[in-house]
Amino acid sequence: MSTTFKIKKGLDIKLLGTAEKTVVDLGAKKFAIKPPDFAGCFPKVLVQEGDEVKAGTQLFYDKYRDNIRFTSPVSGKVDVIKRGAKRKLLEIVIDSDDKNVAIDFGKSDINTIKKNEVVDKMLSSGIWPLLRQRPYSTIADPNSTPKSIFIAAYDTAPLAPDYDLIVHDNGDEFQAGLDILTKLTKGKVHLNVDAKKTTSKVFLNSKNVQINTFSGPHPSGNVSVHISKLDPINKGEIIWYLYPQDVLTIGRLFLTGKYDSTRIFALTGSEVLKPKYFKSHVGASIKKMVTKNVSKNDNRFISGNVLTGEKIDKDGYLGFYDSMVTVIPEGNHFEFFGWILPNLNKFSFSGTFPSKWLKPKKKYKLDTNLHGGVRAYVMTGQFEKVFPFDIYPMQLIKAVLVEDIDMMENMGIYEIDHEDFALCEVIDTSKTEIQSIIRKGLDLMRIEMS
Amino acid sequence: MKVLRKFIDKQKPHFENGGKLEKFYSAFDAIETLLYVPDKVTTAGSHIRDAIDMKRTMITVFISLIPALIFGMWNVGYQHFLSYGESVDNMTMLIYGFFKVLPLIVVTYAVGLGLELVFAQIRNHEVNEGFFVTGLLIPMIVPPETPLWQIAIAVAFSVIFAKEVFGGSGMNIVNPALTARAFLFFAYPADMSGDKVWIADMADTYSGATPLGNALVGNFENFPSKMELFLGTIPGSVAETSTLMVLIGAIILIATGVGNWRIMLSVFVGGYLMGSLFNLWGLNEYMMLDPLNHLVLGSFAFGAVFMATDPVSASQTTKGMFIYGFLIGMIAVLIRVFNPAYPEGMMLAILLMNVFAPLIDHYVIEGNINKRLKRLKAVISN
Repeated sequence: MSTTFKIKKGLDIKLLGTAEKTVVDLGAKKFAIKPPDFAGCFPKVLVQEGDEVKAGTQLFYDKYRDNIRFTSPVSGKVDVIKRGAKRKLLEIVIDSDDKNVAIDFGKSDINTIKKNEVVDKMLSSGIWPLLRQRPYSTIADPNSTPKSIFIAAYDTAPLAPDYDLIVHDNGDEFQAGLDILTKLTKGKVHLNVDAKKTTSKVFLNSKNVQINTFSGPHPSGNVSVHISKLDPINKGEIIWYLYPQDVLTIGRLFLTGKYDSTRIFALTGSEVLKPKYFKSHVGASIKKMVTKNVSKNDNRFISGNVLTGEKIDKDGYLGFYDSMVTVIPEGNHFEFFGWILPNLNKFSFSGTFPSKWLKPKKKYKLDTNLHGGVRAYVMTGQFEKVFPFDIYPMQLIKAVLVEDIDMMENMGIYEIDHEDFALCEVIDTSKTEIQSIIRKGLDLMRIEMS
Repeated sequence: MKVLRKFIDKQKPHFENGGKLEKFYSAFDAIETLLYVPDKVTTAGSHIRDAIDMKRTMITVFISLIPALIFGMWNVGYQHFLSYGESVDNMTMLIYGFFKVLPLIVVTYAVGLGLELVFAQIRNHEVNEGFFVTGLLIPMIVPPETPLWQIAIAVAFSVIFAKEVFGGSGMNIVNPALTARAFLFFAYPADMSGDKVWIADMADTYSGATPLGNALVGNFENFPSKMELFLGTIPGSVAETSTLMVLIGAIILIATGVGNWRIMLSVFVGGYLMGSLFNLWGLNEYMMLDPLNHLVLGSFAFGAVFMATDPVSASQTTKGMFIYGFLIGMIAVLIRVFNPAYPEGMMLAILLMNVFAPLIDHYVIEGNINKRLKRLKAVISN
């Protein structure tokens, strides 16, 4: 807790629809695990429609790393195995029986348990995929040892859930989870908190980890920012990262011996009538949250935040790693002379709309309109204002576009993730899909280097 | 408004693939997007986007040019009536200038936008907004008496050879507006330099030389005061003379984040330092000129604010911008003082540094890469 890392570059997009700090039980009936959530995973299914499953029953595994298993978050019956084009596995839906019977993997003594026992237990119970690695943001490799492990105890994305609320009263489980994580690395476990927002004793009184304080606008809560300040990644190095709810899940597994996938989700966004927190399990259907709780407009439902989340249906399922749902209006309408009129209600990071000057604290209701056509890169120096890394964003994007492997490596692609470019994408005058470009670059590097 | 929207929606099928008028799709699309921001929504990545787009950016630059343009029109009239020794009111001067400058603007836009449309259609992309600004810049940086046919040829040359051969807006190496100016300068030197071209319809007996022209031949009699130069009541290209109006534009550009202050500032610093250096040397009267004069003379300010900052042809890294701007300022003053053929060095300095900008960026990025490699080596050696 010695120094605070002050992040200056960035942007907090102020949106309407912050979740009220009350938690209610969701009572979802259906849950889904979606293989596309796991970058680079080739799923091989182990169950059939109609099979009875318990919490912790294996559903599928990764063809190329067959010890990584994915298990059911709840007990019940396999309802649908949904496939898309070219038989790509999209989701495995479980119909919950509300009993939540779980397979017993056996309790452990957290003080004496060895690394290989930890890894085996996490793999067989299916909670291993909660651990992801940098570079590439794929599921961690069980055979490797990371140089350190990072936990972001706060989220700076628009309308992000409050992790203080989520971990409230779960101090023992959280500490157990941290203790387990310390077995997995020879280096440090970093728990990163926000200078102002983090007040929970669960975080601030954590032991056996290094607590680091950050402050500043988004993306100061992104893992890459923390890594760049504390333990920068060089070629060939690996760092693992996860989020507070994942630490709780790990803690519970080793304390109780059972896979308890309980998670708290924030329902947010300008179109939600009563934004609040819901308690359920990983992959819950959002149907019950949003029924009669959103405006009647044409809405977009997002699993995750508005910057990096995934578009889902109104009866779709939360992503494996997501802790929030955002509902915003679709922007599929024309706007007369939108580019030339002064417009007091438009959100822009640039000063080209008077709203920035006249209403600096305004909270916006933003829709999904692109606000323009795709162009070549003309403006320069914009991305740097929201990109707090010692990396040249525009030049890295161009290196990816021409698929220059050496250049990407030299310019620091190992140090970033596509989510770090989300703000660049938002403010981009040329309306290009930067996150997709970077993701493509990361996938290309991963395949090239393996 | 709904009627208009309905009308457009009704016409759209004719212009789309397979329609009767599909050859004119790019023109149709340009008009439609001019009237309406499209209804396209985000499909990947961030679900929300900033309200700014290329059109908004370009209209901002356009607005920032207007003070200089209006002053320029007034100055065209002012210089004209001054040469005859007539005193008329400001409105008359402005109207005179307006009708002198308007044909230049109309011809530039007609030729430039026509070519843009053709290229957009051939290349199957939307019409780029870049020419919206370039088309206003070109008439602003030529002498008021430039023949229209010469402007038309220069615009065609710059659109095709400075921009489209490289792939269009965002891909060009050098600034298209300055390329047009350079083309005029080298193709028609008689119409572009000397004492006769800077004042519209000048009285025959009057000397119409610009202060820069006089300075080059060592004529410092009646040299205008710094205040006159700053305000811009001197002969010169249409809208380049007033540093004050240019600075108003600079404030708009910097406040909106569209123009880059780093480049502007470093051009002025570079010019001032070069002028000071000449002062120390002091071989002739021009070298002894107070360096502040260089910053308000000719097109120095206009070039620094509107030309050097063109984001596509300028340096694109933060450090590089400072080096790039600084060198433009230095070289511009160097050319002014030492080159016997060119009274004004700004155009050539910017074009030269446009060419070197990628090299500057290359070395700046190399520095970043080396830092990363050093960190890696430190890890390996431990």
